Amino acid sequence: MFKNLMSWIEYRMPFMEKMNLHVMQYPAPKNFNFWYFFGSLAMLVLVNQILTGIWLTMNFVPSAEGAFASVEYIMRDVEYGWLLRYMHSTGASAFFVVVYLHMLRGMMYGSYQKPRELLWIFGMLIFLVLMAEAFMGYLLPWGQMSFWGAQVIISIFGVIPVIGDDLTLWIRGDYVISGATLNRFFALHVIALPLVLVVLVFLHIIALHEVGSNNPDGIDVKRENNGEKIENNVSDKFTFHQYFTKGGKKIIVDAIPFHPYYTVKDIVGVVGFLFIFCFVIFFAPEGGGYFLEPPNFEPANPMKTPDHIAPVWYFTPFYAILRAVPDQLFGAIFMFLAILFLALLPWLDRCPVRSVRYRSTLHKANLVNFCISFVALGVLGVLPATPFYTLLAQIFSFTYFAYFGLLWFYSKNEKTKPLPVRLS
Amino acid sequence: MSNAPVDHGRRRFLTIATSVVGGVGAIGAAVPFIASWNPSEKAKQAGAAVTADISKLEDGQLIRVEWRGKPVWIVKRTPAMLETLTKFDDKLRDPASEEPQQPDYAKNTHRSKKPEIFVAVGICTHLGCSPTYIMKDFEAQVEGMPSGFFCPCHGSTYDMAGRVFSGVPAPTNLMIPPYMFVDDTTIIIGEDEGTA
Repeated sequence: MFKNLMSWIEYRMPFMEKMNLHVMQYPAPKNFNFWYFFGSLAMLVLVNQILTGIWLTMNFVPSAEGAFASVEYIMRDVEYGWLLRYMHSTGASAFFVVVYLHMLRGMMYGSYQKPRELLWIFGMLIFLVLMAEAFMGYLLPWGQMSFWGAQVIISIFGVIPVIGDDLTLWIRGDYVISGATLNRFFALHVIALPLVLVVLVFLHIIALHEVGSNNPDGIDVKRENNGEKIENNVSDKFTFHQYFTKGGKKIIVDAIPFHPYYTVKDIVGVVGFLFIFCFVIFFAPEGGGYFLEPPNFEPANPMKTPDHIAPVWYFTPFYAILRAVPDQLFGAIFMFLAILFLALLPWLDRCPVRSVRYRSTLHKANLVNFCISFVALGVLGVLPATPFYTLLAQIFSFTYFAYFGLLWFYSKNEKTKPLPVRLS
Repeated sequence: MSNAPVDHGRRRFLTIATSVVGGVGAIGAAVPFIASWNPSEKAKQAGAAVTADISKLEDGQLIRVEWRGKPVWIVKRTPAMLETLTKFDDKLRDPASEEPQQPDYAKNTHRSKKPEIFVAVGICTHLGCSPTYIMKDFEAQVEGMPSGFFCPCHGSTYDMAGRVFSGVPAPTNLMIPPYMFVDDTTIIIGEDEGTA
């Protein structure tokens, strides 16, 4: 009966065929470590954001007069409103945590290198849309930090010569941030950007499955089939979709089917993630003032500037670069370049070896330099801009950009270790 | 179906011409979507520039006009008041107006277009109260200073050019709005030669 139904569907739409291609018969390298959790966790958080987001819109009032009060109404009077809202606000921070770790994984194992450049570009586009999504979402509760944070970020566009002022006016739809701004940000936050995000995630996965997942050793699991017998190949035990074997022209080595092996492994990652996520939701939903900033518990007041305006933590590394440059226009340009250079990594890194495991000590040190610079800038972006902190931010901005310059310079003739023949 | 040979040149021309016309149509169709983000008529009305008549303004007098929901001061400073502006630079937080709290034409000692006419947004840069204009007896606040602005909320003090004194809560000088003189006695607030 069920079988008949399935074949009825299959005749009209290749459902099982696509499931096999992308899930049951998709070859994934057998040596994924915990760093490979973050892709599936990002999907989980995306689902969480969409689901809780839809429920929040049911009680949220997108107007300057009603927004703050409706959020308080959700928190106090709507059944489980507090939980839905904290799941959403904590989810925003969790999204950036897993995305940053996911990106670091890509940098460590050279997952952006040929042939995965387009995959990396889609990832960077997802990151950009995610930042826009988070920024617009943060305006919606219409608290003090919502208002003044948006004020600071929108005024960044004002430094663009000639069109800057008109552009900020166009973005705000008013001479100051007002209900008009709030309403359009709401529309973009709940409809436009989520649609774009979902499409980009789809393309990201299609591009991934075309070139195949990289792995901690950074060597290929699909090889030309020259008739040679490969010893102890775990892949011999499984059937993979013929799309990946190209009708026997390719042989798959040391890979296992995504389902059930990695679906089950990812569940372990999900459980670990949910432990931490739920702890934050139930015991520290404001994230110590970093996930929900204290001034945001006061309604937006255009007449009253908070003592210290800091963006939410996930923007602070880029905000620190913006502030480190004395000139506003160049500050904005450098902030933009900080993201652009990440997108250009596939072309800046000219080393034929992908994984950090087999690359030079210099590269390892440089990657550590990048991580330290990024975290340090993140910390400095939260702190007020005193002359000493500004100097530190300038130093770490320099080391941040130095990562890319050095990488381009040494990667061409880098002294690498010999690559293994098989996955370890 | 005709069996005439395919004219590739003609086909290419038609393909390109159709694409171009379609593209123009798409750009045209984008206009309402992009233009709808501009400030609405209601927002424009609320944010419109306001005109003030200063023909009856007497020496030392302050008048208020409302612009975008904020009080804007127009003060006719006396020569004695203007003299005080150069004397207390060491007590001011930002005597040269380095912070971008004014249009370029007001980035001078008197922070105005005409030295005697002072225009500023009367909102304390600390927490948004409106400071009080003290024409005489400002010495109680700042020694040797006969007149200035005093914020009753948290005691911030500003000189007669709206420059904040050091050691008070307010971080920056008072905001100077864009403005221009239509003639000697009429002033437009919210619009200047650059924006008009």
